[in-house]
Amino acid sequence: MAYDKFKVLTSTAVPLPIENVDTDQIIPARFLKATERTGFGDNLFRDWRYHPDNSPKEHFVLNNPIYSGKILVGGKNFGSGSSREHAAWAIYDYGFRCVVSSFFADIFRNNCLNIGVLPVQISADFLQKIFEAIEASPQAQLTIDLPAQTITINDTGDTESFEINHYKKDNMLNGYDDIDYLLSMKGEIENFAKDMPL
Amino acid sequence: MSSKKTLFDKVWDAHVVRNIENGPDVLFIDRHLVHEVTSPVAFLGLKNRQSKVLYPNRTFATADHNTPTRNQHLPVKDPLSANQLRALEENAREHGIPYWGLGHEKNGIVHVIGPENGITLPGATIVCGDSHTSTHGAFGAIAFGIGTSEVEMVLSTQCIMQPKAKKMRITIDGSLNRAVTPKDVALYIISQLSTSGATGYFVEYAGEVFRNMSMEGRMTVCNLSIEMGARGGMIAPDDKTFAYIKGREYTPKGAAWDTAMEYWKTLQTDEDAVFDKEVVFDGTKIEPMITYGTNPGMGIGISLGIPRAESLEGGVATYRKSLDYMNFHEGDAMLGKKIDFVFLGSCTNGRIEDFRAFAEIVKGRKKADHVTAWLVPGSHRVEEAIKDEGILDILEEAGFELREPGCSACLAMNDDKIPTGKYAVSTSNRNFEGRQGPGARTLLASPLVAAAAAVTGKVTDPRELLQLETA
Ligand code: SF4
Repeated sequence: MAYDKFKVLTSTAVPLPIENVDTDQIIPARFLKATERTGFGDNLFRDWRYHPDNSPKEHFVLNNPIYSGKILVGGKNFGSGSSREHAAWAIYDYGFRCVVSSFFADIFRNNCLNIGVLPVQISADFLQKIFEAIEASPQAQLTIDLPAQTITINDTGDTESFEINHYKKDNMLNGYDDIDYLLSMKGEIENFAKDMPL
Repeated sequence: MSSKKTLFDKVWDAHVVRNIENGPDVLFIDRHLVHEVTSPVAFLGLKNRQSKVLYPNRTFATADHNTPTRNQHLPVKDPLSANQLRALEENAREHGIPYWGLGHEKNGIVHVIGPENGITLPGATIVCGDSHTSTHGAFGAIAFGIGTSEVEMVLSTQCIMQPKAKKMRITIDGSLNRAVTPKDVALYIISQLSTSGATGYFVEYAGEVFRNMSMEGRMTVCNLSIEMGARGGMIAPDDKTFAYIKGREYTPKGAAWDTAMEYWKTLQTDEDAVFDKEVVFDGTKIEPMITYGTNPGMGIGISLGIPRAESLEGGVATYRKSLDYMNFHEGDAMLGKKIDFVFLGSCTNGRIEDFRAFAEIVKGRKKADHVTAWLVPGSHRVEEAIKDEGILDILEEAGFELREPGCSACLAMNDDKIPTGKYAVSTSNRNFEGRQGPGARTLLASPLVAAAAAVTGKVTDPRELLQLETA
């Protein structure tokens, strides 16, 4: 699915300083019964966010109105576990365009890139600085500059660069996806397939 | 001059359709497994692009994640689940994909039926919208889980785009002690490397322990590769592999078999091939394992106590949050902890050997009164074998009931949910918060440990029960 282009994003951020946030927390399995891609944001972090009677859990960050923004900042090893792309959809559908962490699980990172959420992997030290900046002021803004591949804490001017491969960067900048690319080389694939035994 | 290659290199390189500079490889996929939960949106995408499935004969569909484990002959009650199942059936029909729905003799968990039917072959690339696709690596295939966007890519172009992973080899020599199963070996590795220790890598398992392991055991180990973050895990094919696949429905026959065998025999890591990372463990040091926390890396030998936060690297707050969820305390012994549920099943431990192991312990004993046990075969074939081998009689005599195949309490999308606050000893693969039901508390372990818990009602060392019998 084509998605919005991503260039430079300046926004406040929502801090989630927990490690190993797995995709079962991001979107529990019982919400995977849909046959369409919409509406997952309501159940993002469902069991951390709501009591069993559906009343909000006050202490969870998404229920705290002083935090908002299009950037989610998570602890190390974000997105481990199940391959469910629904986790990335839920994050996107809720309104996030970027997830920042010091380490991402592979499948989750891929899923994000495929649907237009930018995963930004930074050093553990810089992650700590971001958490501190948000703690000092929930209004603290971050700027993510995809063309320059940098992330900056606007208040302090602290900045770090991040990696993304050239191909994926191009896709994000232009809102292209892999399927467009693959369909454009279908003849080459069919040729290749002739030699692949079943 | 040929450069030295690992097993992973050989299989990967043979499938690269195009290499994009400073970008991913376009990788050809031999076989694609599809289930009801991660495919509907992919088929919808196909429809929106007015595209067709490029190679329906390389695609196989089953219903497993969302299916009841009782009364499968009746209509599925939950309307959302029924809707997903219907969508898969219709999509499969429309695109000419073999579909093994509820009640079909080949129905079962996607990673159990692949090998059973010879869909899983050495040297193949296999993907599925499920992270435990790594299971199929046991046959020397490159197999890994993908997201729904990628499911759509494979349906419409039989390719995905991914950068080649780094390579890690995990070597374990030495003989395993009695009652130490492949599940324990895997939980041990994950406890040592942590749940992100192999992220970015594709793992090859090597050494005596894996050579001596049955195909089913190898599947259990490869299955759990994802739980240390690995993209996948694989084991070089050998005579056991070839014996297992020979004659199965989708394996090559006649001359095609001979040609394939010639190629498969070359699927070994070259002697001087270099891995990005090498890890070595001593197989004699492993004991039956159990987890105490909320990720599969939080496992210990069953006779040990829960580690203190100070003794671990980093993450004290996350560690304490995890123990709070479990209502366990640092220093607690695991042995003797009371449990409420036992789950035997899943693509990790839902094959016939797992039921044999479970039966070995419960034979002549009785299920503990307060324990609810869900015994769920991985497929109809497994279910048949349980009956044919007389295992069902042993189970029933001990007070257990056998259910119908499916993922069941592994992810609790159907009715098989562990209630809030209850403890389950589970042979599945994830002890994440709420994985087996909101508020459920999961202790991952082998079928032997699960059986010992089922008959004693508490965490029990299976060696105790086995020794009692042989004394
Ligand atoms: S048994 Fe569990 S891990 Fe295996 S395919 Fe089913 S849900 Fe996934």
